[in-house]
Amino acid sequence: MTAFTPISAFLGGCLIGLAAVVLMALNGRIAGISGIVQGAVEGPRGERGWRWSFVGGLVLGAVLMLAWREPGFAPRTGYPPALLIAAGLLVGIGTRLGSGCTSGHGVCGIARWSVRSIVATLAFMGTGYVTVYIARHVAGAPL
Amino acid sequence: MKAGLARDAAALLAGALFGAGLTVSQMINPRKVLAFLDLTGDWDPSLALTMGGALLVTAIGYRVVLRRPRPAFDAAFRVPARSEVTWRLVAGAALFGVGWGLGGYCPGPAVSAVALGTTEPWLFIAAMVAGGLLAGLLPAPHR
Repeated sequence: MTAFTPISAFLGGCLIGLAAVVLMALNGRIAGISGIVQGAVEGPRGERGWRWSFVGGLVLGAVLMLAWREPGFAPRTGYPPALLIAAGLLVGIGTRLGSGCTSGHGVCGIARWSVRSIVATLAFMGTGYVTVYIARHVAGAPL
Repeated sequence: MKAGLARDAAALLAGALFGAGLTVSQMINPRKVLAFLDLTGDWDPSLALTMGGALLVTAIGYRVVLRRPRPAFDAAFRVPARSEVTWRLVAGAALFGVGWGLGGYCPGPAVSAVALGTTEPWLFIAAMVAGGLLAGLLPAPHR
């Protein structure tokens, strides 16, 4: 369905890594986005400012990059809202219980050789694959 | 410059780099993510290179940065010290993977995808934050 884009995928990954290193070098923090979003909403008052700045940066960086060059894909619309809500709830609950997501465990954690992060990444990659397999190839959902 | 302002500016910079990386790699396109998770279908392995690039830069960068006594704008590095693998971690990560596979969004790309101007990232983010708050009501884990 989508084309193999090895160069842009790799370069984008390097930028993500650079972002994680910058946040550690300057602020001494892990670039774990589920934790940053959650902390921005309900963390200690004095720790919310930098988190909202990071969240704003996530949008700003995307806006600037989209203005600079073509995204290379059409934004998805018309996806079933019930699926989006179920997906969001599961991601919110799961990342809170599991203390992290793709960025915190999959990138920052594995880069530190954290056993917890390696186990968590295997778990979410595994259930991600199984979920897409069931949705597309068993249930036959046109997603 | 006051420490709080410097930390906010650093977080904005890191967030923007991260958002730019998510855009270049097309992780903000949920179709790309679902194609990456569709091993037995039209598999698009691009995002494996994104993870590879991010891990490479982070692993090398952390090695250099974490040798320093402290980050530029804070008193100490805050790196998770826990090492025990718990059921809470594994179950949480597994639930997160199901949500990831249902919607094609993990937390970072969902936030950056707001830049595309469609409504679906907002719906996902609202459900994700609600899910996080809900999971926060669960009894705290034993330490």
